Amino acid sequence: MSSRERILGRVQRALTDVREDDTPYEQAVRRDYLREHGNRTVEETVDLLAENLADYRAIVHRCAESELAAVIGRLLSERGAGSVVVPPGLEPSWLTAVDAEQITDRAENTPHELDRVDSVVTACAVAAAETGTIVLDGSPDQGRRRITLVPDHHICVVRVPDQVVSSVPQALQRLDPTRPLTWISGPSATSDIELDRVEGVHGPRTLEVVLVSDQPSAEDNS
Amino acid sequence: MSGTFVGMPAFPAFPVAAHEAVNNQTLRGNLRHATHTIRAKRAKAVAEVSDWAELREAGKQIKDHTLRHLDRYLVQLEESVTAAGGVVHWAADAEEANRIVVQLVQETGESEVVKVKSMATQEIGLNEALEAEGIRAYETDLAELIVQLGKDRPSHILVPAIHRNRGEIREIFAREMSEWGRPAPEGLTDTPAELAEAARLHLREKFLRAKVGVSGANFMVADTGTLVVVESEGNGRMCLTLPETLISVVGIEKIVPTWQDLEVFLQTLPRSSTAERMNPYTSTWTGTTDGDGPRAFHLVLLDNGRSDTLADEVGRQALRCIRCSACLNVCPVYERAGGHAYGSVYPGPIGAILSPQLRGTASEIDASLPYASSLCGACYEVCPVAIDIPEVLVHLRERVVEGGPVTREGNKVVLRPAKGHAAERAAMRAARWTFAHPGALRTGQRLASRTRRFHPRSLPGPGKAWSGTRELPTVPAEPFRDWWQRTHGGKDGAK
Repeated sequence: MSSRERILGRVQRALTDVREDDTPYEQAVRRDYLREHGNRTVEETVDLLAENLADYRAIVHRCAESELAAVIGRLLSERGAGSVVVPPGLEPSWLTAVDAEQITDRAENTPHELDRVDSVVTACAVAAAETGTIVLDGSPDQGRRRITLVPDHHICVVRVPDQVVSSVPQALQRLDPTRPLTWISGPSATSDIELDRVEGVHGPRTLEVVLVSDQPSAEDNS
Repeated sequence: MSGTFVGMPAFPAFPVAAHEAVNNQTLRGNLRHATHTIRAKRAKAVAEVSDWAELREAGKQIKDHTLRHLDRYLVQLEESVTAAGGVVHWAADAEEANRIVVQLVQETGESEVVKVKSMATQEIGLNEALEAEGIRAYETDLAELIVQLGKDRPSHILVPAIHRNRGEIREIFAREMSEWGRPAPEGLTDTPAELAEAARLHLREKFLRAKVGVSGANFMVADTGTLVVVESEGNGRMCLTLPETLISVVGIEKIVPTWQDLEVFLQTLPRSSTAERMNPYTSTWTGTTDGDGPRAFHLVLLDNGRSDTLADEVGRQALRCIRCSACLNVCPVYERAGGHAYGSVYPGPIGAILSPQLRGTASEIDASLPYASSLCGACYEVCPVAIDIPEVLVHLRERVVEGGPVTREGNKVVLRPAKGHAAERAAMRAARWTFAHPGALRTGQRLASRTRRFHPRSLPGPGKAWSGTRELPTVPAEPFRDWWQRTHGGKDGAK
C-alpha cells in the first residue's frame, strides 16, 4: 500500500462518526463578515491607503501622471542610486528623468548581479487601503519576484484610484491565483527580538510608494 | 513503521521542567516582557475590525468543513498542484517525510539548503535528518537563526527565540556566526536594528548561492493548488524565489477549499500573531512559473499523527489551528514556565492539546501536558479559529486517567488507565464510600477537628506530590453539622 492510500484510508476511517453532508460549499460556511470596513468615498480610501502605508514605514508620495517621471527621477537621485533594475514591460515614459544606469531584468541576471543593483522601480497589480498593502503579480510591468526583493530600495507606482480597493476580500477578488503573488505591507521587518517590531531585515529596507493620479492637481506629500 | 516523532527525544514531565523554569529569573523576565508587549498590541489590532466575531466563526466553519471532507480536498489539492507543474509526495510519518526530502535534495546534487521557518519541518526533525546525510540546513528566520546558532531549542511557535533577550542574542551572534559563515560585525551592540542588520549580512551570501529551498506553508488552496507563506523579514521570499528547487513540507490539515477562503485568514492571522493589520510579506505560488522562481516544486503532504487526531471527536478541533500563537501569548502558565517545559516544538496551550494527540500519551511528558493549564480559558477567547482548548484539555485528562479507545497510526487501540493516578482513584473511592455513610463521615470529621493541632503541613506517602504545590485546608474546630445542630442553624446566636 502506498502512503497516499494509507493516509487517505486513515482519514476516511477517522471520519466514520461524521454523518453524510452534501451541502454545497457555497452554503456550508456562513460569510456574514464585512466585505469592507466602514463607508468611504474613493478619495478617502486613497487617503487611508496612504496613511496605512506610512504607518508601517513606507514612504508615500502623491503626484499627477504628468509629474511621475520627474518624481521617480528625483527619488532615485536623492537616494544616490547608481543603478536601477526595471521590469521589461515598465512604461518607458516613467524613466525619462532617470540618471542612474538602467538594467532591464532578463532571465540570465543572476542573484549576485541583482545584489549589486541599488534600486528597483515597478508598477503593481492592486493595493488594499485597510491594511496598507500593495500586491505584485509578476505582470510585465512588475517583473520577476526577485527584482523587488534583492535590491535594498523599491519604488512602487500605484495608479489611483483605479488600482486601489478597500479591503483584503476585495483585493483577493481582483487577483489571479495562478500568478505568483507578493503582498507587501511596508518594508521588511521582524518581531523576533522581544516581540517588538523592527524594520529592515532581508527585503528592501526602503519602500517608496508613488500614488499617481490622472487628476492634474495632485500634491506631492513627500 | 516507527512511532510518531515530534521534534525531540525524551523529556521530563511538565511539572518537573516547569519547576526549573519558574526559578530562572532571566527567563521569567524575558517572557513576561515579550508576552505583555504583544498582548496589548493584539487586543488593539483585533479591536480595529468590527466583524472579528464573524471572521472567527467563518474561519472555524471553513476549517471544520475542510476537515470533515479532508480526503476529498487532499485529492483535489494533489490534482491542482500537479496540473500547475508541482510534484506531490505523501508522507505517513516523520521518518518517511525526512527520507523523501533527503532524496529530493540528493537528486539535485547539492549539499546545503536554505530554510523558511516551518513548524512541520521542526516537528519531524528535518534538519537533523539532513545533517545525518551530510546536508547542511540553514535556518533563515531571525529567531530560528538565533536558536540554531545558540544550539538551542525553540520555545514559541512564532518567535522561537522568545526566551532570549537582546543581550543574549548579541552574545550568540558575536560568538557563533563565524562558525557558520560571515562573522558578526565588529563592535556589534544589542540594539534590535543592529542585530537585524547582522542577520541580513550573515544570511545574504547563503541566499544568493542557494540552489534548494525548504519551506512549510500557512495555507494550501485545494481548488487552485496555491500555497501561501506569511512572513515578515523577506527570508521567506528569498527561499521561495531564488533557489532552483523548492521543497515544501506541509501538514495535511493546512488545506482550505477555495481561493476566497484566504480572505478570512489573511485578516485574522496577522492580527492574532504579530498584532499587525498585515504582515510585511505574503507569498503565494501555484506550481511553477516559467522564468520566475524555482523550476522544480515538490510538495510533501505530512500526516504524522494528524489522521489519528482527526479520529478523536473532541480533540480533532485542534487541527483547525493556524499556528498564530495568540494562545501562548495570553497563557499565564506559558508566561511563567516558558516553551521548553512543554517538551515539544508546539508549546503553550495549543501544544498541550496537540502534542499528546500527535504523539499519543505514552511518554511522561505527553501524559502530563493536558495538566499544564489552569483552565482559565484565555486561550479559547483569543483563538482566531475558536478552538475550545480547555474542553480538549479536560477530555485528554480523562483519557490519561481513565484510558479508553484511541487511534494510533491508523489503528484503533484501547489505552489502559494511567498508573500514576492509582492513589487519586483510591482517595476518590474512599471519599465516595464515606459520603455514602453518614455515621462514618461524622466520626471522621469529629476526629479530624479534635486532632487538628497535630495535622502535618504536607501529606505523607503518595499524597506528597499533591501537597507539594498546594496548601492543605485548615480543619475547623467543630464540624459544620455539629455546629448546625448545636445552634439550630445559628438561630440561637451562638458563634
